[in-house]
Amino acid sequence: MNLSISLTVNGVRRDVELSDPRVTLLDLLRERLDLTGTKKGCDRGQCGACTVLVDGRRINSCLALAISHDGAGILTIEGVARGDQLHPVQAAFIAHDGFQCGFCTPGQIMSAIGLIEEAQAGDDPERIRECMSGNLCRCGAYAGITEAVLDAQQSLATANQRRSA
Amino acid sequence: MKNFEYVRPASVSDAVAAAAVPGSAYLASGTNLLDLMKGGISRPDRLVDVTRLPGLDRIEHLADGGIRIGALVRNADLAHDPDFAKSCPAVAEALLSGASPQLRNAATVGGNLLQRTRCGYFYDTASACNKREPGTGCDARHGENRLHAVLGWSEACIATHPSDFCVPLVALDAVVEIEGRAGRREIALEALYRLPGDTPERENVLEPGDLIVALRLPPAVRTFSAHARYLKVRERTSYAFAMISAAAGLRIEAGKIRDARLALGGVAAKPWRARPAEDILAGASADAATFRRAAEAALADAKPSGDNLFKIELAKRIIVRALTLAAVGTPARMSALPGSPFASVSGVLHDA
Repeated sequence: MNLSISLTVNGVRRDVELSDPRVTLLDLLRERLDLTGTKKGCDRGQCGACTVLVDGRRINSCLALAISHDGAGILTIEGVARGDQLHPVQAAFIAHDGFQCGFCTPGQIMSAIGLIEEAQAGDDPERIRECMSGNLCRCGAYAGITEAVLDAQQSLATANQRRSA
Repeated sequence: MKNFEYVRPASVSDAVAAAAVPGSAYLASGTNLLDLMKGGISRPDRLVDVTRLPGLDRIEHLADGGIRIGALVRNADLAHDPDFAKSCPAVAEALLSGASPQLRNAATVGGNLLQRTRCGYFYDTASACNKREPGTGCDARHGENRLHAVLGWSEACIATHPSDFCVPLVALDAVVEIEGRAGRREIALEALYRLPGDTPERENVLEPGDLIVALRLPPAVRTFSAHARYLKVRERTSYAFAMISAAAGLRIEAGKIRDARLALGGVAAKPWRARPAEDILAGASADAATFRRAAEAALADAKPSGDNLFKIELAKRIIVRALTLAAVGTPARMSALPGSPFASVSGVLHDA
């Protein structure tokens, strides 16, 4: 079988010839496309550091075969800011001290962007925590992360209201 | 990970033919299979990618009142489908109590049904495991086994089935539609799974090439919608497998239970339907004494497989709790911590 695939990564079309069907989406992003913002933590779907959006949905890229995602649209941490303007979730993580060492942060931010898009948690901190349970933070910055997600969700909702007004 | 051939058939019949070749495995999202392959527990020669097969990603409301769910519907999409969640609230609660949001966005209905046990000895290739390597023995039997089975186990295997989703499904008489080399057939989900006996490596009745294409729920599921809960005790509140879980559905008229459904998770190699308990509940008053009698009946045949005697009493208490909550009524909104016995008023810290 032909192992060449085509992905749209952060809005740019990327054609990749895979050497091997075993390549995960995570390894393809990091090793082939040099997008090392997406982190390899456990590599087994337990820590969430590898979270990216695939066709708008957050998933663990370590448990996704690249070959199976031919044609998909991928959003990684490198693609969320607009030039020097941070994404509201990025800005909120800084404002609320939502990290310490920073290793889990790209995955936390991508997960938070996915969570806000899913619109299941509302403004309930308990629901935010539950909906962020797929992302571990060994520094224990959870309190700041929850505040950052709530704040970013609010600022995105306000921005959307202004746009539609 | 061992290398493999990757094929992506365009039709169900092509997929069945490709997967009937010995050494083949179906790949859907891969959230469980890739993990098993990375650990060397599963070593397929060929992956048959079914994610692009047409027509398997729909939730259909059938004319007779039943619900048909395509095998490729993602767990999150099913749990958040408003009509489905209203008809089958305990199933939605079970789905949302399992795994993480990222995994639920990827994992499929068919894959959930066929996920493998999380027994640590099954996952550790240095350990003896009759399920992974038939005839090598079971290191769990005299090992760390406080979370292992208390019903239906054998000396050969004491592993449990890990799914939350399947627990309310067996309670609600779900049926799986299977496409195989001899065409289409269907089977009750409860009958899909085998107990370990002397052949724990044979976990279900599927034959080579068999592909689960859909799951069907009968119209009667709606008669339990008003009194349905899934309750799950685990070692941490989120993102953990069940130690014990219970799915309860009641049909209550004039204070009497007219019909009841009860199934347990985390207790056996299959999702465990508790029919003796259902028989006690039907026609009885919805009160604590009835619920305790039902719980005793559900666990009457239970015996510890190791350091897990506590699970038998725990299961009884979870049954009583699940039935009590079901009798009160299905909550208007999904709990903030789905399935958790510690769920409190939304927004209030449950450890306060």
